[in-house]
Amino acid sequence: MAAAVGEQRLRIVAGLIRVTGDWELAEDCVQDAVERALARWPRDGVPVNPAAWLTTTAHRRALDLLRRRRTEADKLREVQALTETEGSAVDPYGGVYRDDQLRLLFTCCHPALPPAGRVALTLKTVAGLSTRELAAAFLVTEPTMGQRLLRTRTKIAHAGIAFRVPEPHRLAARTVGVLAVVYLIFNEGYSNADGGAGDLAAEGVRLVGLLAALLPTDDEVQGLRALLLLQHARRASRTDVNGELVPMEEQDRRGWDRAMIVDGMAVLDRSRVAGRAPGPYRLQAEIAAEHALAPDAAATDWARIVVLYDVLFDQQPSPVVALNRAAAVGFRDGPQAGLAALAEVERDERLAGYHLLPAVRADLLRRLGCAAEAAAAYRDALTLVRTAAERRFLERRLREVTASGTTPGDRADQPDVMASSPPGDAWVPAGESGQLRQVAGPKWSVATPICPDS
Amino acid sequence: MKYLMFVATDPEPDTSSEPHTDVEAWFADVEGRGKWVIGDRVRPAEDATTVRVRSGELLVTDGPYTESKDWIVGFDVLDCEDLDEAIEIASKHPMARAGRLELRPFWPIDEG
Repeated sequence: MAAAVGEQRLRIVAGLIRVTGDWELAEDCVQDAVERALARWPRDGVPVNPAAWLTTTAHRRALDLLRRRRTEADKLREVQALTETEGSAVDPYGGVYRDDQLRLLFTCCHPALPPAGRVALTLKTVAGLSTRELAAAFLVTEPTMGQRLLRTRTKIAHAGIAFRVPEPHRLAARTVGVLAVVYLIFNEGYSNADGGAGDLAAEGVRLVGLLAALLPTDDEVQGLRALLLLQHARRASRTDVNGELVPMEEQDRRGWDRAMIVDGMAVLDRSRVAGRAPGPYRLQAEIAAEHALAPDAAATDWARIVVLYDVLFDQQPSPVVALNRAAAVGFRDGPQAGLAALAEVERDERLAGYHLLPAVRADLLRRLGCAAEAAAAYRDALTLVRTAAERRFLERRLREVTASGTTPGDRADQPDVMASSPPGDAWVPAGESGQLRQVAGPKWSVATPICPDS
Repeated sequence: MKYLMFVATDPEPDTSSEPHTDVEAWFADVEGRGKWVIGDRVRPAEDATTVRVRSGELLVTDGPYTESKDWIVGFDVLDCEDLDEAIEIASKHPMARAGRLELRPFWPIDEG
């Protein structure tokens, strides 16, 4: 029942926003209808046409509120007209409903809105989260989150952001912007699962499913969908019973969600068949697929992963992609080669303050047997890390290298396969790539002296 | 909906080899579609005069009211359907590449 209500909720909200331009009114009316349904249906039985019941109830509420305000006769007539045109047999993703929901998504994710506002408004209006749930997920107070939503809606009204689907020649670029918001939402949940944001990963998967239903022919929508399914499939094994992060090579792969991996691979296979060159999201999905399909960590095809990062870097020359590539080189050719690749990345000032830079360096040094240097790099990473789970993981590794007093003779052979981050986590969403400009100079080369004591 | 478009310089202009657009063609298109209200170049900051009144005293100073590396070199008032249309028009202005444009929506005096 909840899923059916959810599909209808979004359709009705989008329609009411279109005709009234009043986001709060639309959300309140639909929320009211949903609450009535959840109170009444279990008692009186589900109506013959639940979609029509919800629509009528929400529209009645809207008419009621608009009548009381008196000044909004135009909107009143619009809602009446909307009520008359609503069919009873409803494909929630078809015809006018499809357009309404696309308008809503493109408006929530408009590039003229602040990024945090795009994320909050999408989760509030499209995913239907409450302000309280949003505040808990983003570790801010409820009034702060309320202000963020209000400022975002106010900018929509003041700046004249229309409730519409972009012009065809802007559609692909604007879709990338929507995907960036969905990916940010997913990553917030993926990388900060114990910060109250855990459900956001599932919301991200739901949102990309919605986008795939609304824009079935967009390659990058399908690419992101495959990526999120393949990453989310690992969720149960990423933390142990105590909530501690488990690096990929230590994960019990039997805990991976095989059905979700099959879904993700099916989406990926379909986009391969179309024969078009892969975009950044599909490339990342291909990388995630290498992990998902490897029977164990040792069987991971790192050669192919490095090639995929090379292609990704050509499209998205971001230092974060270069960092992930350096880590992959470390698994393909050994930690020494990884450090050589990393030396180039470390010159990029844009990564200053990014905890995964010293964390990757630390892991390579640890595997090389340079305990003292690894410990120093873990300490650097600990001064920068944001989430509690990653902090505890880095502290654990620091204890291990300082306790073992590892020498070059007894290498720690277990690599952290993207220990503290999914491959895509460290990647900058395409829509935001303007913030990161091209890495200057030769791409990868230059070995530096490493592990001077050994 | 009316927008004031500030036309400003930028320390990092576009260096790509995209084909050049000229301001005459931009103006002809925007004016021809009835989207252009008024606009002009303005003289550089060194020709600016700042005016304040404090405790009844008129204070006139030479120069702009803010120190900045980016100067406003012109303005246009655009009358558009919505922000997307204003963005579309702004994106075709030659200074979108040579400098930067800022769109500020009008705030009519009778609106709260």
